[in-house]
Amino acid sequence: MSTSLPAAGAAGVAPAARPRPTTAHTFAAMMAREVRVMRRDFLAIFIRVILQPLLFVFVFAYVLPKIGAAGGGVFPASAHGPTFSTILVPGLVASAIIMQGMMAVIFPLMMELSWQRSITDRALAPLPIPLLAVQKIAAAGLQALIGGLLVFPAALLIHAEGAAPSVHVSNWPLFILVLVASSLLAASGGLLLGTLIDPQKIQVLFALVLLPMTMLGCVYYPWAALHSIRWLQIAVLANPLVYASEGLRATLTPQLPHMPAAAFLGVLIGGTALLCWLATRTFTARVLT
Amino acid sequence: MTSLANLAVRTVALAKTYPGPDGGVRAVRGIDLAVRPGEFFGLLGPNGAGKSTTIGMLTTLVVPTSGRAEVCGLDVVRQPVEVKRRIGMVSQNNTADTDLTVFENLEFRGRYFGLSRPAARRRATELLAGFGLTERRAAKPFELSGGQAKRLMICRALVHQPDVLFLDEPTAGLDPQTRVNLWDLLRGLQAAGQTILLTTHYMEEAEEMCDRVAVIDHGTVLASGTVPELKDSAGADTVITVTFDGAAPAGVAALRARPGVSKVEIADSQVRVFAREPRGLLGELVASGVSAGVGVSDAAQLPPSLETAFLTLTGREYRE
Repeated sequence: MSTSLPAAGAAGVAPAARPRPTTAHTFAAMMAREVRVMRRDFLAIFIRVILQPLLFVFVFAYVLPKIGAAGGGVFPASAHGPTFSTILVPGLVASAIIMQGMMAVIFPLMMELSWQRSITDRALAPLPIPLLAVQKIAAAGLQALIGGLLVFPAALLIHAEGAAPSVHVSNWPLFILVLVASSLLAASGGLLLGTLIDPQKIQVLFALVLLPMTMLGCVYYPWAALHSIRWLQIAVLANPLVYASEGLRATLTPQLPHMPAAAFLGVLIGGTALLCWLATRTFTARVLT
Repeated sequence: MTSLANLAVRTVALAKTYPGPDGGVRAVRGIDLAVRPGEFFGLLGPNGAGKSTTIGMLTTLVVPTSGRAEVCGLDVVRQPVEVKRRIGMVSQNNTADTDLTVFENLEFRGRYFGLSRPAARRRATELLAGFGLTERRAAKPFELSGGQAKRLMICRALVHQPDVLFLDEPTAGLDPQTRVNLWDLLRGLQAAGQTILLTTHYMEEAEEMCDRVAVIDHGTVLASGTVPELKDSAGADTVITVTFDGAAPAGVAALRARPGVSKVEIADSQVRVFAREPRGLLGELVASGVSAGVGVSDAAQLPPSLETAFLTLTGREYRE
């Protein structure tokens, strides 16, 4: 252990004029910190979310059509209907956004709120604690957005011949709004769960919440297609991922049946506002004693 | 107390009760403190006395149940952001940002507090050099030794030139050499005009470092003042502790009546005598054991010190 401490060292550090940070400046500096960490750990941060859709699209849009499973009635596609890959593009992007957004806030929070309480580092910065919660949501939302965008090339490009997805953005402002609102919804939900759930139960969260959310989030089928299982069609409305999937479906593959814009926008924006408000409260309660 | 507005730290009947069964835990029960600018102030007390809770309230992360606390004249509850701008905090744990390197911890600290990126990097470089951490600049905080981590925490608390530096048990868990070096470092800071408030349960630390001390236990201030004042006001007895092989001889209780003896505590085989006039007492205690046929397994005489003042005040060993 190095124990040589220059006694005069502390006094020798020249005093500088003390700056007066604005809230916006502090907030921006914290976002800069997130970007620094994200840039350095890019692969580690995004691999967990990218890999699953990548493999999924590889198996379902490439391998299965190649080996003839798609023609066997499992996924009645081809000539008249949409290809399965067309259904998958918005679903996989939405699923990546929601998962990345939640994990981006839950994993660091587990560390920060553990007994070492490294959250103190940020909590002592000159920012009101509720704004620190908003900053965490903004940072995780940014990660979610990047995660979603990273899935696009894979979902668009990996497919067998003749099984290409048919995707075009019909309404750019709506498309961007859905992407951003979905990202923030996921981040807010993540912060809420992360501040409510005991860190030791995080595995349970993934098994009981995230996995069912993905499977039943209208990722692999449009919501309208569930009409033949009416109870399920109603039950999945509790799943926020449904609205992200349907929102992207409406803006990327408008030729497919999808929810009306008022429905998915209402939930995405209203839900974000509600979860954000709740999460700032639970977060503040966890940080302040 | 004159010119309250000029105090670096001031609390009035500050109290904190943590919610829980049976009315919760009353960690701090009405503390009045006044720390002047430039002062090195110690909050001294056993574990669980309420020191960390008090420092938590002063640094805005623990919300008081009642009473008031001001730092540089700013209310910690109503103006937490303003308070945070003016304080630096070194907590007991290593709370450094684990996603960042040592250097980045300081760089971003500076940026959170309004420094431009180049200014923050300059300041980080300067502080790392001043605290002998330049070689560890690229390390992650959890790769540091205990002493290095503590220095990083102090650097981080100083980045924005705080008016008041708070340290919660800064030397707990450090080896003796590192501890003494840290003392030197803190003295250097004080010499440069830094107001410092530290908590400690090490008597010698308070005695060595602090201009003034408040002894707290069970969430209340038992005594406060300069170390010499405390020794005087608390009686500053010499404390004689004798441990017998068996039950303490009945005769020792008679010492209570002796002039110059302020207190005699008897617990099974251990006798503790607090005396202004200790001469001969240790011999008598040992002799009383011999005449009662009980051997002595340990005997100690502590001259007046902050520790004996503390023991006189709290009437017992402090709890580890």
